[in-house]
Amino acid sequence: MENLNSYLVVSAILFAIGTIGVLTRKNAIVVFMCIELMLNAVNLTFVAFSRHLGNLDGQVFVFFIMTVAAAEAAVGLALIIAFFNNKESIDVEDVNLMKW
Amino acid sequence: MDMIVIPAVNMTPILPEIFLSVLAMALLLINVFVPGGQKTYLAYISFFGIVASAVLVAAGWGSHVESFSGSVVLDNFATFFKMIFLVAAGLAVLISDRYMEREECNHGELYPLILFTVVGMMLMASGTDLMTIFLGLEVMSVSLYVLAGFNRANKKSNEAGLKYFLLGAFSTGFLLYGMALIYGATGTTRLYKIATIVGQMTLPSANIMLVAGMLLMMTGFAFKIAAAPFHMWTPDVYEGAPTPMTAFMSAGPKAAGFAALLRIFLLALPTLQAEWSQVLWVLAVLTMTVGNITALRQDNIKRVLAYSSIAHAGYALVGFTAGNGTGTAGILFYMLSYAFMNIGAFAIIILVAKKGETNGNVSDFAGLGFKKPVLAVVMTLFLFSLAGMPPTAGFIGKFYLFSGAVQKGYIWLAVIGVLNSAASVYYYLRIMVYMYMKDATEEFEWVQVTAPVALALIISAAGSLIPGIIPSIILEYAQMAVKLI
Repeated sequence: MENLNSYLVVSAILFAIGTIGVLTRKNAIVVFMCIELMLNAVNLTFVAFSRHLGNLDGQVFVFFIMTVAAAEAAVGLALIIAFFNNKESIDVEDVNLMKW
Repeated sequence: MDMIVIPAVNMTPILPEIFLSVLAMALLLINVFVPGGQKTYLAYISFFGIVASAVLVAAGWGSHVESFSGSVVLDNFATFFKMIFLVAAGLAVLISDRYMEREECNHGELYPLILFTVVGMMLMASGTDLMTIFLGLEVMSVSLYVLAGFNRANKKSNEAGLKYFLLGAFSTGFLLYGMALIYGATGTTRLYKIATIVGQMTLPSANIMLVAGMLLMMTGFAFKIAAAPFHMWTPDVYEGAPTPMTAFMSAGPKAAGFAALLRIFLLALPTLQAEWSQVLWVLAVLTMTVGNITALRQDNIKRVLAYSSIAHAGYALVGFTAGNGTGTAGILFYMLSYAFMNIGAFAIIILVAKKGETNGNVSDFAGLGFKKPVLAVVMTLFLFSLAGMPPTAGFIGKFYLFSGAVQKGYIWLAVIGVLNSAASVYYYLRIMVYMYMKDATEEFEWVQVTAPVALALIISAAGSLIPGIIPSIILEYAQMAVKLI
């Protein structure tokens, strides 16, 4: 049980770091990396639970999350490039054409 | 060593999904190998594909088949929602073609992407495992990110895509963390099993992991259905995205979000209803009020409808807070009629707008009632339905949502809902005032109603009017659909 808790604490910390990064960072790619950090924190949680419960569902879920994250990365980076082509910047502060 | 035994899999529950995926992939290939700038034929093929899969979906009405060892189910609830998605996609395809031509971004990938979005939404509605629901959600979201940023040359569209992507992926993180905690608390991802295990707990509301997981999951879904305070992306994405895609996004994915929410909370976590309905109460009030009040001071008509779509998510949340038969059947009814009335209204916006998405302010509708009387009458019908006035579908939908809340004793929630609904009349009426009481500044000569757009307008006008006069034609099905949950 102690073992499980330490994994959960680490993944919670990783998740929090990711969340704070998304909210404070300005560079779109760094924001995206922080999101990936959140997803990997979730993966760690799943694997820890899976090991602790002795059931494989959690590990299967991790495979799905990794695959989806890869697909998301492909689309996300393409969107960032399209944005850069028009704006010459990937600063999220420059995502400012529309307000209120 | 034992041989790996591949279990017999019953494919019938996901037949429409398979059909649409294959069609979408075929369309991608056709688009590459058939030269030429005209992509209209792709629109026609996908429209007929959508009609064909609607037939497939309708054939499954009344059956209850579980497959993939209980992670996908075909029941009336899924069938009803699948119909909503197909209606939204069909209408979106019909109004896309001319718009894309005008904005000069007529890339053939549009239609396969719409179909993939529908496949994702269908999986969300029929998934009975957290894994399936997550996969469906992501198939839907990833396609939608592209659709929002589809007009690559347009800066606003770029921004919409980027914003939607970053915030959507961010919310997925919360959703997944919630799913992970629920898996940890119960040891399974199957919704039925979660329900059994939570039902056996002595005091489930004291299980921190379970409650935290539930709240995180609710946060994730609140992003997807654009509920306040997680709605900040909505107006910007709706304004920047190509208008047909805005129409599609406001109807389809919102319904899909509600489908998954209803499925998870009513099927897996009914024991915690006392807890989650409190959270939903607050969400519903915030969503309705923020949406309506902010909509009052918008000038861009796409933004008006974006905020109004936030408010409409709030009305649906009122029915969800009640969580009883009337309320949930009300959600199903409302989501279907909302698809008709909202996509119809966006179709008119597309007609009135000029190249480069200009002419999109409320004041640009001045005099439409005199120059294009038929269009103005149809627009008035959609606006009446959105405002919830009898005898339209919007009125009946709201009536059932609010009476569900009253039945459960949420009198104040219903009162706040009705007050909000009254406030919303102001900004819908404002558009009508411009259409009928101001002098025309434009000649509206560029407004061309092509055959597909006319068909879309007829379908959506019928869909927003007829269920308002004879509610039973849809309501009976909605009530049958929620019986199983």
